[in-house]
Amino acid sequence: MKITTALDSTSLTRRYPKTAVATTLFFLLALPFLLYLLLLVTLPFNQPQTLNALAKRVGWDLGGSPIRDTWYAVILVVEASIVALYTAVFAGVTTWVERRVAGRMQSRIGPNRPGTLGFMSWVADAVKMLFKEDLIPAQADHLLFRAAPYFSMVGLTLPFVVLPFGESVIAADLNVGVFYVTATSAFVVVGILVSGWASNSKWSLFGAVRGAAQVISYEIPAGIAIMVPVMMAGTLSMQGIIRAQGGWPWQWFICQNPAAFVAFFIAVTASLAEGNRTPFDLPEAESELVAGYHAEYSGFRIALFLMVEWANMWIMGALAVTLFLGGWQIPGVSVEMIQQARGNDVLPSLLWFGWQFLSLVVFAAKTWVLVLLFIWLRWTLPRVRVDQMMSLCWKFLVPGAFACLIFTLFWVMAPPSVHRVSGIAICVLGLWLLVKFVMQTRKNIADVRGARVDLSNW
Amino acid sequence: MAENPPIERQILRRMSASDEEIVINFGPQHPSTHGVIDFVTQTNGEIIRRSVPDIGYLHRGLEKIGETVSYPGYMPFTDRIDYLAAMFTNEGYAMAVERLLRVDVPPRAKYLRAIASELCRISSHWVAVGSMASDIGASTPLTHALREREAVNDLLEELCGARLTFNYARIGGVSFDAPAGWGEKVLRYLDHLDSYIQEWDRLISLNKIYIKRLANIAVISREKAIAYGLCGPNLRGSGVSWDTRRDWPYGAYPDFAFAVPVGQGQMGAPGDCWDRYAVRVLEMLESSKIIRQALAKLPEGDIMAKVKSRPKPDPGEVMARVESARGEMCYYVVSDGSEKAYRMRVRTGSFMAMGIIEEMSRGSMIADLIALIASFDIVAPEIDR
Repeated sequence: MKITTALDSTSLTRRYPKTAVATTLFFLLALPFLLYLLLLVTLPFNQPQTLNALAKRVGWDLGGSPIRDTWYAVILVVEASIVALYTAVFAGVTTWVERRVAGRMQSRIGPNRPGTLGFMSWVADAVKMLFKEDLIPAQADHLLFRAAPYFSMVGLTLPFVVLPFGESVIAADLNVGVFYVTATSAFVVVGILVSGWASNSKWSLFGAVRGAAQVISYEIPAGIAIMVPVMMAGTLSMQGIIRAQGGWPWQWFICQNPAAFVAFFIAVTASLAEGNRTPFDLPEAESELVAGYHAEYSGFRIALFLMVEWANMWIMGALAVTLFLGGWQIPGVSVEMIQQARGNDVLPSLLWFGWQFLSLVVFAAKTWVLVLLFIWLRWTLPRVRVDQMMSLCWKFLVPGAFACLIFTLFWVMAPPSVHRVSGIAICVLGLWLLVKFVMQTRKNIADVRGARVDLSNW
Repeated sequence: MAENPPIERQILRRMSASDEEIVINFGPQHPSTHGVIDFVTQTNGEIIRRSVPDIGYLHRGLEKIGETVSYPGYMPFTDRIDYLAAMFTNEGYAMAVERLLRVDVPPRAKYLRAIASELCRISSHWVAVGSMASDIGASTPLTHALREREAVNDLLEELCGARLTFNYARIGGVSFDAPAGWGEKVLRYLDHLDSYIQEWDRLISLNKIYIKRLANIAVISREKAIAYGLCGPNLRGSGVSWDTRRDWPYGAYPDFAFAVPVGQGQMGAPGDCWDRYAVRVLEMLESSKIIRQALAKLPEGDIMAKVKSRPKPDPGEVMARVESARGEMCYYVVSDGSEKAYRMRVRTGSFMAMGIIEEMSRGSMIADLIALIASFDIVAPEIDR
């Protein structure tokens, strides 16, 4: 008997026309890479001094003239739009990835019609959403109902200002970066609360109140767990925290300190709850609250809510990667090497651009691993109950995060040799857990391989 | 209609006078009511004060139809009583009329009915356990359960040509004999099922969050389950060992050895939601045992007794009961000597589960009400008929 899976063995080009494959590949590669490259290219001009020096080369002396300031503002706006576009593209691509992964996990096919492997389905979804009627219930509070998705959007886009993408690729490296992220990302809950109240539906109200209780509760363990790497690095700046770590796994904060190892899991669990992902998707629990706070929304407004939900995964992943997993640090390449490669010229050298690009790739790869983990959790776990969600937060995560914080207070006083030993020890422990996990998975698969039948109808 | 809302809603509206509480309708359109039912629920925040099922949205008058069509002509209508377990509704009705007509069913037909019924029980229980997992928030087990169910539907389609509304039993036998090689296919599926249940348990039954959501929730004691007239897996989940197949045998069931799984409270108190769930998983394995025995002993011979195409039974009344996937299903038929029934009455398992919901919902949380409804494996058309 043969075991059937969702993907058959025929090649892509036999199942799809060549033009479809080519278009999909173009969009798949072009969209994220184009944004990354644009960001990379505009980056060196993000300094008034660079603009002055460049103008001098051509023969103009801009000094502090309004023309230079205008150019500077234009470049900042361009960079901001690139980052905002990146959230939209990421959210779209992630919906496709999530649906494909869910399809494989649920032994069904998933989206496969628009484009190769259904890649263009997120574009089709966006177009469909745009053409839908923007329905507002007659009894709803019109102004608030219309405004609610934008509150959520603000909560999504503001953290991207300080989220690093690469060694020098960051919109603004604020010296209070971590604090800024936790403060602005909480804006999402305003959108949830306002939408639930303005919808004038009991289901929405339930979802909104659940969402408010959940997000505000989990801000506390998340905030305390985030303080562990902040104390280890001695700075709140996102880039500063990454620079305090290294490229190899034993140089990451998660391995350098046993408390950070625990804090990582607390922070990820709390961010799952803040992002309303399963097993904490209570505000929009489908089987309980129909669709929760966005039950009454349609058209472009629900598209915004869904975009916030998926793009939030990048924030969750990027924050964990920045704080605990070494950020964009390339193994074997120190920050000094990258800075030396820049040279003293007005424009950086090609090697510098190469290192920057590599750091972008490292950061994106690490974040995608976490995003896939979130997707995997969502399609595996049932939902917890409201009281269980609360007791997990207040009885386990908050005391745990406090314990990690206090342990770290003493840990930062320990000599570097202790940090090195602990780094290698936790690395080995992590590797052992990974190997154990893979072996258990293989055993589970082997256990049920025996008497399989062809369950396919097609 | 507007002047006279159902009495329960009138009561609830009076009760919810305080500002703290709201009345919310779980249904008739709701993702986890398993059909068109309305649970009028009075809540204080997440805590439910009281939830009253408002049934009748799917009433199609199937019992009355039974009094206006001929005896054989009613058979396709019985499929529509419970579309997830149509074999039992067919078989129960056929048994009732056979008793009225005093017809003996050939042994081969009895065995085929038992095999088809048990396959149908497996198929129905897959939907039950899958949709229960989905109601608790895990969507992956549902699709896996539906995939497994598709294989059963394929087998039943090969047997009788239909995947959902089988119309397989006839008064005096069954409509089709098993095709050549069908028995081997069934056995192959059962081999797969027996090993797959372990994977299923790892996937969802023993999941920590799942157990926490179901254990000690809506605990129905032995006495209460009997007092409220629960039946089938809902009754056995409370630890009452009652199974019509064993305790009131019919058809070919006296020939088979099988266990009757009851809820033992492995994860919490006996009679909680997890027990009712676990009973269904274990019953699939018992059904597998029954089918294996039936296929091994399948006698040769006719599949239909001699029955007139428009039979006229002698005046009298008769009751037939089968163990459906949703509990004991009874057909009460009264004949006045004509070719149509004088009175037709069907007693179904989902309807019997409605009564206890109001009491069990008191003081529970909204998510627990969903777990309670899911653990009863309710099929709305079976409630209303």
